Amino acid sequence: MSENILEVKDLKMHFYTGHEGIFGGKKHYIYAVDGVSFSIAKGETLGLVGESGCGKSTVARAVAQLYKPTSGEVLLAGTDLTKMNRRELFAARKDMQIVFQDPYSSLDPRMTTMQIISEPLRIYRKNGLVSMSDEEIEKRVEHLMELVGLSRFFKNRYPHEFSGGQRQRIGIARALALRPKLILADEPVSALDVSIQSQILNLFKDIQKEMGLSYLFIAHDLAVIKYISDRIAVMYLGKIVETAPYEELYAAPLHPYTKALLSAAPIPDPAVERKRQRIILKGDVPAPDRQRPGCYFYDRCPNRKDCCKLSQPPVIEMEKGHKVSCFLYQ
Amino acid sequence: MTDEIILQVKNLRTYFHLDSGVVKAVDGISFDLHKGETLGIVGESGSGKSVTNLSIINLIQTPPGKIEGGEVLFHGDDVLKMNDRQLRELRGDRIAMIFQDPMSSLNPFLKISTQMVETLQLHQKLGRKEARAKAIEMLTLAGIPAAEKRIDCYPHQFSGGMRQRVMIAMGLSCNPDILIADEPTSALDVTIQAQIIELMQDLTRRLGTAVIMITHSLGVVAGMCDTINVMYAGRVVEHGTTDDIFYDTKHPYTQGLIKSVPRLDKPESERLFSIPGQPPNVIDLPDCCPFYPRCHKAMDVCKKQYPPVFKFENGHTCACWLYEQKNAGTVKTATKENTK
Repeated sequence: MSENILEVKDLKMHFYTGHEGIFGGKKHYIYAVDGVSFSIAKGETLGLVGESGCGKSTVARAVAQLYKPTSGEVLLAGTDLTKMNRRELFAARKDMQIVFQDPYSSLDPRMTTMQIISEPLRIYRKNGLVSMSDEEIEKRVEHLMELVGLSRFFKNRYPHEFSGGQRQRIGIARALALRPKLILADEPVSALDVSIQSQILNLFKDIQKEMGLSYLFIAHDLAVIKYISDRIAVMYLGKIVETAPYEELYAAPLHPYTKALLSAAPIPDPAVERKRQRIILKGDVPAPDRQRPGCYFYDRCPNRKDCCKLSQPPVIEMEKGHKVSCFLYQ
Repeated sequence: MTDEIILQVKNLRTYFHLDSGVVKAVDGISFDLHKGETLGIVGESGSGKSVTNLSIINLIQTPPGKIEGGEVLFHGDDVLKMNDRQLRELRGDRIAMIFQDPMSSLNPFLKISTQMVETLQLHQKLGRKEARAKAIEMLTLAGIPAAEKRIDCYPHQFSGGMRQRVMIAMGLSCNPDILIADEPTSALDVTIQAQIIELMQDLTRRLGTAVIMITHSLGVVAGMCDTINVMYAGRVVEHGTTDDIFYDTKHPYTQGLIKSVPRLDKPESERLFSIPGQPPNVIDLPDCCPFYPRCHKAMDVCKKQYPPVFKFENGHTCACWLYEQKNAGTVKTATKENTK
C-alpha cells in the first residue's frame, strides 16, 4: 500500500455564476471545492463524507476531469490529468471509472445490458486502445455480469426490467469493463433499500479483493463509510477538515464538526440511543458563495474562539495519518 | 403514553387496480395507537408504509386505488365511512401530516403566513389576527428565529431543514391528536435530521400528540419510537415495543434487516450480513409468505399458506410459521390467532 494511485493537490473548483451590473462588474462564484488535497494508495479505499452541498460529488467529477478544475493537480499514477490534451486524457481515463448514485438515470433505457456493459470496451476498441474481438467482448461481459451477481441470461434485457439494486450491479459491471485501477463511487448505495444496500457494499468489498482496486467512495452515511473505508476524509464547505484511518476517526474524532456529525448519526439500538448525548449543531450549512477569511465552520462551531474568525486554521498532523485543520489543536 | 386508544386500524386492505394486475399495497393490517404514543413503521420501499397512512386519512386516489375493506376507528368513528365534510374536519385538524419533501408540500406561490393562517382560521375558528399570532407562536416553538418576520417569507426563502420546521409548526398548530410523519427526515442531512427529530420529540411530548413515524431508517426508530410495526409486502410481519423488536426479534426479516445495517458503534465485522434476493413484486402475490424466497429459515409450510399472527407477551406479535412449532412444543406464551 505504499504507492499512490491517485494524488490530489490543492484542487479548486469554482463555478462562475454571474457578475454585478451589465459591464462585467464584480464576478460571483460558487466555491464548491476550495483547496482539497488527498491521496489514495493502491488497493486502498478512501471514504469521503460530508453533508449535501459540501462538494463531495464535485471532487469526484473534478478528479475525473468531467469538470475542468479551476486550479490544482490531479495525479493519476504519477501523471497530471489537468495538463493533458483530449487524446491523452481519453487514454488515461481507462484506468479510472465512475459509479453513479442514481441507478435509474445513469443507464441508457434504450440499450440492453450487453450493450451497456460492453460500451466502454467498444469505444476504446474504436480508438485502438483495446484489441478484442466481438466474441471476446461478449465473454468479458458475461464474466463481469457473473462477477457482480447477475445471471448472464439477462444480457439481452433492458434496464427497466431490473430493480434498483440490480441496476446498480449493471453500473458496477460497466465501470469494471476496462479493468480500471481506480473507481470513483459517488453515493452508490444511497438510493437503495437497506437489505439491498448491504448486498452492494459486500459486492464492492469482494471486487476490491479480487481485482486489487482502489476506491474513492463518497457517501453521506457515516456507518456505510466506516464499513467500506480504510481511511476517511470529512468535508465541510469545500474543504477537508479531518483525515484519519477509519478506526481512529470513530474512536477519537478531533474536529468539532466530525464530533457533531458522529453524534448526530442515529444508531439502530434503542439502549444506546437512550444513553447518548447529542451535539446538536445550530443552523444550516451556509452557501459556499463567498470565501471567508476565517474557519468555514465558525458560524456553527460549539468550540469556536476569537482567532477562528480571523484566519484559516492550519492543517495539523496529530498522529501518523490523522490530520485535522482546527485551531483547538495548535 | 397512556392506555387510551385513539386510533384503531382493523384488517385494512388497500388495493390498486392496474392494467398489469392488482397491487395489494396494504393487505390486511391491524394495529392500535394510544394517546401520546410514538409508533414507528419501518419497511423497504414498496412495502406499503405510505399507503397505510394515506388510507388512515382516506386520501387514496380512486381510481386506481381502492380501500377494499377494514375499519379505521378514530375515537370510535370509522374514518372510511365519513362524508367529505367530516373528513375535512378530521384532516389537518385532528390528524395532521408531514411529508418527506417539504418543498413540494408547501405552496410556492403563497407566503407561509397565508398558508398557516388559512388552516387556523378554518379549523380553530380564529380571527385573522389571532390566527397570525398563533402561527407566529408555533413557528417560534419550532425554532424559527425571528418568526414574526420570517412568517411573511415564501417557501423558497427557507432552507430544507427550515421548511421542515415550518411543516412541523403547521402540522401541530391545530393541536392534533395524531401527527403522521412520512419520512420527515429522509431528505435532510445528518446534522439537520438530528435537529428535526429532537424538535418533533420535544413538541409532541409537550403537546401530548401521538405520532406515526414512517421511515426506512432503523436508527431513527430506535431513538424515537415507543412501538414499531415492521412491514413487508403490504403486511405487518412484526409488531412490538422498540426494545422487543431490537432485542427479542422474532421475524427472520426483522432479524436480517437489523443485522444488515452497518453500525457506527461496533467494530466492523469482516462481512456485512445481507438478505439475499429482491423485495417481491406486489402484483398478484400468491397466498404464501412473501418473504419465503429470501428467508434463511424457510420451511415447506411457508410456500403453501400465509402465516397467522402469533402473540407473545407485552403485545409483541409476529407473523411467521416458525412459532407454530414452538407453540406446539416448548414456548407456551405464544397463542395462535388467525388473521382473518
